[in-house]
Parts: sequence; structure tokens; C-alpha cells
Amino acid sequence: MTDPATTDLAGKDRGRTTVWGSPEQARRFRARRRADQRLRLFGLGAVALSLALILILIGSLGYSGHTAFTQTHLVLDVTIDPAKVRADEPDTGNYRALIRGALWSLLPKVRNSADRNDLAKLASQGAPYILRDRVVADPSLIGQTIKIAVPVSDPYDQLHKGVIPRTGPEEERRLKDKQIAWFDDLVVQGQIESRLNWGLLFNSDSRFPELAGLAGAISGSFYALLVCFALSFPIGIASAVYLEEFAPRNRWTSLIEVNINNLAAVPSVVFGLLGLAVFIQFFGIPRSTPLVGGMTLALMTLPTIIIATRLALAAVPPSIREAALGLGASGHQVVLHHVLPLAMPGIMTGTIIGMARALGETAPLLLIGMNAFIISTSGGILEPATALPTQIFIWADSPERGFAARTAAGILVLIAFLVAMNLSAVVLRRKFERRW
Amino acid sequence: MTETASSASKITSTMTGKMTGRGVNVFYGDKQALIDVDLEILDREVTALIGPSGCGKSTFLRCLNRMNDSIEICRVVGDIRLDDEDIYAPELDPVLLRARVGMVFQKPNPFPKSIYDNVAYGPRIHGLANTRAEFDQIVETSLEKAGLWGEVKDRLSEPGTGLSGGQQQRLCIARAIAVDPEVILMDEPCSALDPIATARIEELIDELRENYTIVIVTHSMQQAARVSQRTAFFHLGELVEVGDTEQIFTTPREERTQGYITGRFG
Repeated sequence: MTDPATTDLAGKDRGRTTVWGSPEQARRFRARRRADQRLRLFGLGAVALSLALILILIGSLGYSGHTAFTQTHLVLDVTIDPAKVRADEPDTGNYRALIRGALWSLLPKVRNSADRNDLAKLASQGAPYILRDRVVADPSLIGQTIKIAVPVSDPYDQLHKGVIPRTGPEEERRLKDKQIAWFDDLVVQGQIESRLNWGLLFNSDSRFPELAGLAGAISGSFYALLVCFALSFPIGIASAVYLEEFAPRNRWTSLIEVNINNLAAVPSVVFGLLGLAVFIQFFGIPRSTPLVGGMTLALMTLPTIIIATRLALAAVPPSIREAALGLGASGHQVVLHHVLPLAMPGIMTGTIIGMARALGETAPLLLIGMNAFIISTSGGILEPATALPTQIFIWADSPERGFAARTAAGILVLIAFLVAMNLSAVVLRRKFERRW
Repeated sequence: MTETASSASKITSTMTGKMTGRGVNVFYGDKQALIDVDLEILDREVTALIGPSGCGKSTFLRCLNRMNDSIEICRVVGDIRLDDEDIYAPELDPVLLRARVGMVFQKPNPFPKSIYDNVAYGPRIHGLANTRAEFDQIVETSLEKAGLWGEVKDRLSEPGTGLSGGQQQRLCIARAIAVDPEVILMDEPCSALDPIATARIEELIDELRENYTIVIVTHSMQQAARVSQRTAFFHLGELVEVGDTEQIFTTPREERTQGYITGRFG
């Protein structure tokens, strides 16, 4: 007890050697507090970084995709000439001539036939079909003059949105001075309008970017997810209930458990190959259909649902099982009346997250042919279809400028669906969360 | 002493008791939890199982309605009978056994359902009632017997988990009674309750013994002395001594019993 520090009052009185408040201790406290603060700062920095990355992602998608949310339209006054469209067969009329005629009448100065053909390309090649659909829906329009807005073709759309240049060497430009002059003339006449691009959501795919939309892909994804849910939800819950509630704990069940966990980590492209080899080639299920797509996605979603369900089942307190067993409930009554209902919020959350993953999955769908070029909405689970991520993949591969913006817009739509699904999972969990 | 007189007449009529364990050995894997236990549970009496932690008293209790079945590594050897019927016989359905031998657990564990549904659940799965009126009747009498009716009759549709701890435990007792069991097993039913709620439950146990055979595991020797007619003292997996509660607490035959009840170990 010769150490001077121990002669301190508190130390002496209690006969102890620890001295609180010594300079050495104070240093330790300061260092400890600094370490605490460092840890907090690291955490905060990590969160800020990931938020920033998400903002950059959404921001860049918004920047390159926002132009796809509007579409430049050409407003035409078209006289439905009964000589070109017969009242008894409105669907076979020469609508192309009507559109061209209306367009030429707006710019009467263009007389040369080569120029006139060139001018006709200002309107989308799909314009005659838009006019046709309008007349077929209402044949009384024949003989009248109607106002119709049709999309302009992609180069003019991009010109109007300022994406492609007006100046610079003419031979390097997509649109020549003459074509730009025609367009500007139409703008001055008030025949060019920029409208909200509902076609992005309600049209199906098209070779022409100004007409291409996501409706076909959305319906295809919807049917594929429907099949995926119908298969993976009941099978997943049944497997999880058996493994968690009934299976004996032995070598076989732990082998199965390890395999399920491994399955959840298998790259999705492998499931695509499996779907191709088994579902399409062996069972002969038609390729490119939401049925085979959904089945392949179900293979991928199953492990996720099984794992989530088992966790949810394990989280139900054993006291509830004992209470039911103690009353004489049999195995299935314990599970169906008590454990499963209590685990349901967790199961639903896991399922929705699994479904969201399936919605964004691309590789397996490419392998089973759900990247087909389909120009109509899906007619059901047995009609060939494309899905949202594969549609984005197709568009990203297309050379036209309009598809670049549409790719970004498509990704934004896909992300919107994913966010909606994940939010609903959070809401479900909050709403049905139980406390014991 | 009329209570004792009436139960004494019951004993003479059955002789062997309501439940009997003969040479009961229980193993958890390689570990033996009970060693050659012979114990008789007499009809319409409260039998208290006491002993230090890990002595096997809860294990024995859970053998009486085969709740140990759900523990995979648990193995029960020996002969346990309910009214002379072997409850471990292969043809016996544990579901029916548990309807006859109800259980109340250490921690109140009402289902996260309404008070009404908690009580009606047992009768529903065993088909004890058919009409709404019959269910209402069972729920009311069960809650009345559990001394809870007055407190909850106006809020039967509220969740059972919203009650206080003591009320929850009485709800669990009502739930067990609703199935009309012959024996009620109680595994430290008051250990999670405050003294006032404990007193309520003890009172209730005393009332229930008129109609039910009760086996209670308790850590509190005062509780065993207050509520039971017979007491069995377990130590290290063995049944050391069993006898009338009064005799166990005043003139124990075994030295170990003496040591435990005077607080020298445990």
C-alpha cells in the first residue's frame, strides 16, 4: 500500500486499490467516449451513403426516363372519306391514305412526291391503326371530319423534347433542316401537342418507340406471379409446417433443411435452366407462357417462403402450443387453430418479399422465352407473354433513342411496383403484429 | 373436518386412487430425470409435489397427461394408470387423455382470442356442445367456477390477453374446467403472480377440490401447506417421501424432507 494513488480518501477508507477519477482513469473514459462516438458516426455514415446511392439511382433513372412520361402528338383534322373506308367493312379501309392526306393538307407547300413521302413519316407508322380503331369503334364517323391526335414518330418526338440536336453538320443529324422546318411549321400552326404518355402504361410492346408501352409486360408479370403464388404459397407453408411442427429432428430432416437454405442461394439463372429442361422440354408446357414462367419463379420463391414461414412458426411462443395440447387439441388442431394464424403476418411478409423478388427476376425468364416480342396484352397463363424485367431488357437492347428513355421509365415503373409490394408487407406486419 | 371425512370415504370406495404411478422412470436422452417413482394420487384431493429445482416434480406432473410426448428425446418407462387404465398403452389416444386430465401452466397462457373463445375452445374441439346456448352455458359455469365470471361477464368478447396476470391464470383454469376433466394438473400456477392474485388462486384450488382431483407443483412450501391434503417430496429424481401434508410438514420421516422443509437446502 505504498502506491501514492491508493492513499486517496475513497481508496484508503474502503481498503481498495481502484481509484476512480485518477488522470489515468479519466483518459480511459475520454477514449471510451470517443470510441462510442466513432461507432455512431460510422453507422450514420453508412446509412447516409446507402441513402445517397438510392437517391442517385432514382435520380439518374428519373433524369433519363422522365421524357418517356410525355409523348409529342400531332393533331390532325381527318375527313373519313366513304370512298376510302366502306361503312360495311370499316376495318379494311385505307386509313394510311387518310392520315397522309390530312398531314399533306397542313403543309400544302410540300409538292414534290419524294418530300411528301418523307413528310408522311412525321406521323407514327401506327397512326393509321389508331384512326382505324376509332372508326371501327364508332362507324357513324364515316363521312365526317374528326380531330385526332396521333403520336409523332420517334425522331420528331426526340427533337421536340430536345434530346437530339437541331444544329451541327446536317449529314450527321437524324433530322435534316428541311424536316425540322416542316415540324416547326406544324408547331407554329398549333398542331403539335405534348401530352401525358398514358400509352406507356396502356399500350403493349411495339417496334416503334412512340407506341411501345408496358401493358403487355405488366399483364404477363401479373399472370406469372399469380401462378408463382398459387404454387409456392401452399407448398411452401405445407413444407414449413411439416418441417417445423411434425418432422422428427434427425439426419434426414437436417439434410433437407441445409438443402432448402442452399436452394435459396442458388443463382436464379440455374432455375431458368431447370425450368427449360424440365417444364418445357420434358413436360412440354408451352414456352414463353406465364404458366411456365410462374412455375420457374415458384421454384425460386419456394425456399424463401419456407424459410420465412419456419421463422414465423418458430416465433410463436411454445406456451400457446402447450395450452392447446393441454386442452386435448390434436396436432392439426394446434397448428391450424393456433400456430398458423399467429404466424400468418410473418408468413405474409415473407411471401410478399419473395413475390417482389420474383417480380424483378430476369434471368430465368430469358431462358424460358418470356422475352418474346408480344404486341398484345397477355391473354392468360397459356398465351405467350413477356414480363416487366424482360421488357426492360428488350428495350435496353433496342437502338432507337425513344427506347432509351422508355427503358429508364420502365425501370421506374418496376421499382414503383416493388416499393408498393414491400410497403404492403410492412403495413401488414404493423397491422397484425401480436404481443404476448 | 367434514372435507377430510368425505374424501376419506372416496378413498375407501376406490382404494387405488385416481391416478397411480408404479416404477416410473423418465429419461431425457441419456440423462435420467425420474428414478423408480411410485405415487398414488387420491381422488378429490389436492396433492402437492415439492422439491428443489430439477428434482423431477414437473417431469412427473407432465407424465400424468403425456405432455412429455412432445419432447422428442423424452422416454417414459413404467406404469401410469388413470382409473386403472394404462395411459401409456399404445391404443390410448393422448388427445382423449388430456381432455380427462387438464393442465394449468406456470405462466398464464391464454390464447390471443376473446375471453369467450378461450373458454369455449376445449368444448368446441371435443364436441361437448352444439348450440350457441349450450356454449354460453359452459362458458358461464366454467368462468363462475374459476371465480372470474363477475369480473368479465360484460366483456367476454375482449381478448383474454388483456386481463391482469391473476385474471389470466383464472381464465386458464376456467378453460381447463370447461372440458370437464377429472384431474387438473397445475405446474407452479402462482409463480408469476403477486401475493393477492396468488391468494385468489389458492382459494379457488380449495373450492375446486370438491369436484376435481388436483395435482399441483409448487416451489412454495407455505403454498403446499395451505392448499394440499397430501404432499410428495422429490429430490434428485427420486420420490423421497409422500404422506398427509400435515405429517410431512410436522413429523417428516426422512431426514432429507426435514432438511428441505426447514430450509437447509433447496
